[in-house]
Amino acid sequence: MTQGSASEFAGTSAMHNLVAHWSERIRRCAETAQPLRIRGGGSKDFYGALKQGELFATGDYSGILDYEPTELVVTARAGTPLRELEAALAAQGQMLAFEPPHFSEAATLGGAIASGLSGPRRAASGSARDFVLGIRLLDGRGQDLAFGGRVMKNVAGFDVSRLMAGAMGTLGVLLDISLKVLPRPEHELSLCLRLDSSEALRHLNAWAGKPHPISATCHEGHCLTLRLSGSAAGVDAAARQLGGERVTQAAAFWRALREHEASFFADDTPLWRISVRSTAPALPLSGRQLLEWNGALRWAKTDDDPAMVRDVARKAGGHASLFRAPRTIDSPFHPLPGAAMALHRRLKQVFDPAGILNRGRLYPDL
Amino acid sequence: MAGITEHAPQAAAEPPHLAATGLGTRERAALAAELRAILPAESVLVEEEQLRPYECDGLSAYRRLPAAVVLPSTEAEVCRILATCNRLGVPVVARGAGTGLSGGALPHPGGVLLSLARFMRILELDPIARTARVQPGVRNLAVSEAAAPYGLYYAPDPSSQIACTIGGNIAENSGGVHCLKYGLTVHNVLRVRLCTIEGEVLEIGSEALDSPGYDLLALVTGSEGLLGVVTEATLKLLPNPRTARCVLAAFDSVTAAGDAVAAVIGAGIIPAGLEMMDKAATAAVEPFVNAGYPLDAEAILLCEVDGTEAEVGAEIDRVDAIMRGSGSQHIRISRDEAERLRFWSGRKAAFPAVGRISPDYYCMDGTIPRKRLAEVLAGIARLEKKYALRCANVFHAGDGNLHPLILYDANQPGELERCEAFGAEILELCIAAGGTITGEHGVGIEKIDQMCVQFPAEVLAAFHAVKHAFDPAERLNPGKAIPSLHRCAEFGRMHVHRGAERFPELPRF
Repeated sequence: MTQGSASEFAGTSAMHNLVAHWSERIRRCAETAQPLRIRGGGSKDFYGALKQGELFATGDYSGILDYEPTELVVTARAGTPLRELEAALAAQGQMLAFEPPHFSEAATLGGAIASGLSGPRRAASGSARDFVLGIRLLDGRGQDLAFGGRVMKNVAGFDVSRLMAGAMGTLGVLLDISLKVLPRPEHELSLCLRLDSSEALRHLNAWAGKPHPISATCHEGHCLTLRLSGSAAGVDAAARQLGGERVTQAAAFWRALREHEASFFADDTPLWRISVRSTAPALPLSGRQLLEWNGALRWAKTDDDPAMVRDVARKAGGHASLFRAPRTIDSPFHPLPGAAMALHRRLKQVFDPAGILNRGRLYPDL
Repeated sequence: MAGITEHAPQAAAEPPHLAATGLGTRERAALAAELRAILPAESVLVEEEQLRPYECDGLSAYRRLPAAVVLPSTEAEVCRILATCNRLGVPVVARGAGTGLSGGALPHPGGVLLSLARFMRILELDPIARTARVQPGVRNLAVSEAAAPYGLYYAPDPSSQIACTIGGNIAENSGGVHCLKYGLTVHNVLRVRLCTIEGEVLEIGSEALDSPGYDLLALVTGSEGLLGVVTEATLKLLPNPRTARCVLAAFDSVTAAGDAVAAVIGAGIIPAGLEMMDKAATAAVEPFVNAGYPLDAEAILLCEVDGTEAEVGAEIDRVDAIMRGSGSQHIRISRDEAERLRFWSGRKAAFPAVGRISPDYYCMDGTIPRKRLAEVLAGIARLEKKYALRCANVFHAGDGNLHPLILYDANQPGELERCEAFGAEILELCIAAGGTITGEHGVGIEKIDQMCVQFPAEVLAAFHAVKHAFDPAERLNPGKAIPSLHRCAEFGRMHVHRGAERFPELPRF
């Protein structure tokens, strides 16, 4: 699907001007150390630390630039609405296999990559950063830089494009993003098994070591929900082997989980995202827990002290971030050891020496 | 040859530590004394006959002796060596098994060659968490062998997997024939311990599926030893597929074979392996291995499907139908494991087979958008005439990674130079087709000039700045992977003056 009509060509020229204008604006702001708050659709405004600076809206920089389904690669502008991109892929029987959460209709591709968040399929298919092939960006000096490429295997130069995934816009304003895409599974079905959390963890880790076509997992309360994806024959055979009851309206279930619209996420209690080794037992925290990714991701609704939550996460081989809370705090993300933080500061210096891009969104001094 | 002259006359404008002439006797003795304060005497090699085995890696056209080779056996020793070299201003090149094909482990003449050969232990294998914690000198295949009793394996499988090490795989972000479906090294490493040039250890990544802050693991993977030295890695293990079958299909043009690949992918199938060989490659391997490849075909495809019996059975029928629909006149489907392995034996033997029909060969490594394959192969055919050298092509067709094998004879005056010029033009064809100069072998010293073609100055400057964030004085593998802007400025003229660059060992001032 190569896009080339006259109106799109005019659009390309407008986009070119927009980037030139942005580059100039960043350059000016760098001179006066004026912080900029980058915002695509605003769907993840809640995520990360206090936002500083004047609004830098990127939603106008939108559109799919190149999509060849048989190459398994799509390139789109960062402001492209995620739903528009996903619809274009779905029309060709393909998908973003990391199942990015949207958190609102307005979510953009740029926000999905900058936040680096992945959805239910992550443990089976990989994360947002795993699918990044190339990124063009404006750095904190307004320089237009392209890293990586539009091909599947590329080891020329440092992998700066993957570094942008999860950097929360602190290293550059993302412009064009190339991603690997995958075919949608031919067939999916979901099962619910009645198990408590320790039994669920035991089974999940055992099954993950067998070639079952499990593409998503979720345990809450006494129900372990599994999604199987693949060929009809393979999925049906696995379903017979794994047992449990068929889940009706499974697509809505996984969507609600991904979008945090499930009842677990409903109340105002602080929501922690705790990433741990998959075999870690249920975490010793008050409140409620939901687990995904074969046990490697735990969501906790708890009023426990942040230091304690972080200690529990660390002992389980991972880290904790305060994902949503009634009030934003200065450092929702897990603190880094000194040497790692020093390296982060030096990398920030490389891409944004004036410290103007999304200052403080990830860590107070980045 | 052009690639080896980064410390020749133009070095005057380079930082002094890059303008490396070998060390003098006195400096060499002082360095050895410092290193022997860290390591037992037998782990510090300085005699020429001891250094000789380390003079090159898999890119054997480039050879140099380091000032010293060190063989540490603990992380603490690695840290002290790095800190010492940093203090003394001595370059350090890390080396695993030395199987790399881009000269990434080529020693620096004034520097220390840091061998990780003694880091050979699998420290922990957790079959429940499906992870292996290993030292960097562990061989790639040894991880899968250790995991096999649990029905698990380590997915990246570079062709050198019997010898190459995990540390080298991480440095190069190695791939293999199965990476379309199972990913590259970067997708299969969870955590590393990285020793910095200051001698500090950074834990990067974790046992969880993600980590707070920047994705340093992605940055370090494939960084060709420029950012630090990996002293330990935690790898992801995957369950072995229950079964696999392979389709062998022959085509009367590379275009038809390329279209068949697109049709397979377009049908929503992600094969475990999808390889193409052109006529020159099949002609080289068939007499060698008797894989049963039809010799009259212009191209053959190997398409492997894995999974459960039910999945594989259904998918193999679809692949068969697609190959027929794409005009293949000759299709065979492996009936048993022996036949599947026989189909693959030819592809796996492609490099040695080419080595059998030609005194030397030069393996290139570019990636292109698959749809440009026929055009790039036609370009390579034109270059065969231009340089009067033959080229056989093998292709990881699923992910667009092309390995042209240029046949030459290093004993014929001028052939190596012609071969290198041929290779350089192939890489430039890949860039022009929207691809890249290296899919999995790395830049090293080999493709450093083509980096100047692929990336503009501002991007190269950003790469240097990233390097400086880890290694401000450029001690780690200097002169590799990222060309200096000065070198790029020289590059245009280096083409013209190629003939004058023949004696890199001679100091030029």
